[in-house]
Amino acid sequence: MTEPKATSLAVHKLAFLDANALSIPVYQVLKQDGTLYKGAAKPDMDEATARRIYDNMVYIRVLDERMIAAQRQGRISFYMTCIGEEAAIIASAVAIDDQDMVFAQYREQGALRARGFTTEQFMNQNFSNEMDLGKGRQMPIHYGSNALHYMTISSPLATQIPQATGYAYAQKIRKTGQITICYFGEGAASEGDFHAGMNMAAVHGAPVIFFCRNNGYAISTPSDEQFKGDGIASRGVGYGMRTIRVDGNDTLAVYQATAEARRYALEHSKPVLIEAMTYRLGAHSTSDDPTGYRSKEEEAVWAMQDPVLRFKHWMVKNGWWSDEEEKAVYSKYRDDILSQLKVSEKIPAPQLEEMFTDVYDKMPQHLIEQYEALKAHVQQYPDVYPKTSGRLDA
Amino acid sequence: MSKMNLLQAVNHALTTAMEQDPHMVCFGEDVGHFGGVFRATSGLQEKFGKDRCFNTPLVEQGIIGMANGFAASGTTVVAEIQFGDYIFPAYDQIVNETAKFRYRSGNEFNVGGLTIRTPYGGGIAGGLYHSQSPEANFTHTPGLKIVVPRNAYEAKGLLLSAIRDPNPVLFLEPKRLYRASVGEVPETDYEIPLTVADVVQEGKDITLLAWGAQIEYAEKAAAMAAKDGISCEIVDLRTLLPWDRDTVAASVNKTGRLLVTHEAPITSGFGAEIAATIQERCFLSLEAPIARVCGLDVPYPLALEKEYIPDQYKIYEGIKRTMNF
Ligand SMILES: Cc1ncc(C[n+]2csc(CCOP(=O)(O)OP(=O)(O)O)c2C)c(N)n1
Ligand SMILES: [Mg+2]
Repeated sequence: MTEPKATSLAVHKLAFLDANALSIPVYQVLKQDGTLYKGAAKPDMDEATARRIYDNMVYIRVLDERMIAAQRQGRISFYMTCIGEEAAIIASAVAIDDQDMVFAQYREQGALRARGFTTEQFMNQNFSNEMDLGKGRQMPIHYGSNALHYMTISSPLATQIPQATGYAYAQKIRKTGQITICYFGEGAASEGDFHAGMNMAAVHGAPVIFFCRNNGYAISTPSDEQFKGDGIASRGVGYGMRTIRVDGNDTLAVYQATAEARRYALEHSKPVLIEAMTYRLGAHSTSDDPTGYRSKEEEAVWAMQDPVLRFKHWMVKNGWWSDEEEKAVYSKYRDDILSQLKVSEKIPAPQLEEMFTDVYDKMPQHLIEQYEALKAHVQQYPDVYPKTSGRLDA
Repeated sequence: MSKMNLLQAVNHALTTAMEQDPHMVCFGEDVGHFGGVFRATSGLQEKFGKDRCFNTPLVEQGIIGMANGFAASGTTVVAEIQFGDYIFPAYDQIVNETAKFRYRSGNEFNVGGLTIRTPYGGGIAGGLYHSQSPEANFTHTPGLKIVVPRNAYEAKGLLLSAIRDPNPVLFLEPKRLYRASVGEVPETDYEIPLTVADVVQEGKDITLLAWGAQIEYAEKAAAMAAKDGISCEIVDLRTLLPWDRDTVAASVNKTGRLLVTHEAPITSGFGAEIAATIQERCFLSLEAPIARVCGLDVPYPLALEKEYIPDQYKIYEGIKRTMNF
């Protein structure tokens, strides 16, 4: 039996802590009009970094807009946008090292693009064609790339959180000089895996940044039906972890906080929790209609806090961005994405054999037999299985 | 009678049960005001209040854990797991707790008031994690009942029985049929007994055994086989645990042949259990080995979903192989 820490102050008068005893502030640097809050330190961000962030923001806006349209037209089956959360996702991704590992939830395409995922790779995944790195097996937006240190997305929520702890612990053991960043929603933070992953990271000293996108909703469930404590940040303190809450629509605050969290995590081999307060401006996914659970007025209030516009104002004030450039970039990305979309949708689905590969490192006997039987069946009914029948060797 | 789809039938059953039992509650992710991502619990919160139909935090182990405790008090609860694929965080609560409450306490306590509803199965472009059929992960657990409806009428009657059954029931709803299966459903209260299989179509040459959405493929295959002069008897198992061996055995003793079809992977699928039991019970009546037309032993794919599904063509070929044995 270990005694309560000797550092606990003893009191002899009965007193409970109030549920709101911890009142965690929000770190803000940039106002919506592009000026800095009084007292905020001058941000440590050069023009090249700012341009990189903004370029990714524009790209993702265009990508999301195109993909939503493609889904409405029935060209892809499903999509999820990150509109409203671009600052949180992109500024944090740019603040760490490109060799650091990313474990994301599903709404972090901005982080992936910041790493260099190409339009071709995005389109091939969304069209589940044979050029998709994931071989057309998962639903749209389940991206992943080993070369870009971006773990393939898995739909079951929060499973990536303890995995990020394990990956980061391996980085420490292997002395790679890298850390892991783990993104998740405030809804996913209710899962048991969240608590397991956070506690283990703190106990075992894993250099991981837990980055919570608190966007107010988990599908239809508002965050006040998700938890009663002081957000997700209070839990970091509970697990004995350095913690900060930032304005998630404030690119500069997110960037500064994440850069400092990385420095600390690496230097001390310890986890850090960042809670980014933001808002999911779009629907949960293309299968969702938010009019069933929230008001247009509420959405409008948050639309006024547009993180991309806020950052643009700052860029313009610095003389780093102009409306002409803006127009040119938007139209370039619209063209790029549309022309690649037309290419990717014509690329065929994976070959029949790909259904059986990667279950194991090598195909075991029973799968070889199932493949052979299915192949014969598809050849017998070529019209029923047009995706694969035309491409089978005799 | 009125025309309803399977979702509306589920909603109807929940409403009927909640009207009768003033303490019955219904909860899960997004089931409250929104009525669930498929809208199965639509209107229940308005009708019965926030105390009896509500959103939970996003934590399946918590949902089933809380439901176990609630039911242990002798109160009725229907817990929703948003997708069958996301039931696994609750696996411990279901397998080690729900199923064993009665036995381990010498019947001092039980969670018979618990029904777990979850959409399952593929055919909706859901890929790996919105398509799985996890029934066999649970049929290996004594103490659970497992029920699967094949259409709207069956869904209402079976769900009402499941809710009122004094044992915990896992109620798997074929989501491909949610809106696709439309039929006449009585407005009144009715129950379809558990552990009673249903002979959907009589025949004399071969028995096709299935459940849920797979019945539809069996019917289509039977129609194809009929053109070849093969008469198929179709049996809907309805309850997988404990299952109606007598009805299945009687059918197989009559036809002399059995084909079992399910969407879940073939290896250790529930078809294996049926085949083993029926070859014991009907060995001397069998004219051919028991056939299984099932899902492949791979995770559920997206782009090649059509190729994966044990559809009517695969079943039809299985029928012919069995007939020509
Ligand atoms: C284990 C598990 N349960 C349920 C779901 C279904 N689901 C998908 S997204 C989602 C809401 C997630 O909300 P949040 O974590 O806040 O992320 P956001 O969508 O807001 O980015 C739910 C319930 C799932 N994918 N996995
Ligand atoms: Mg959220």
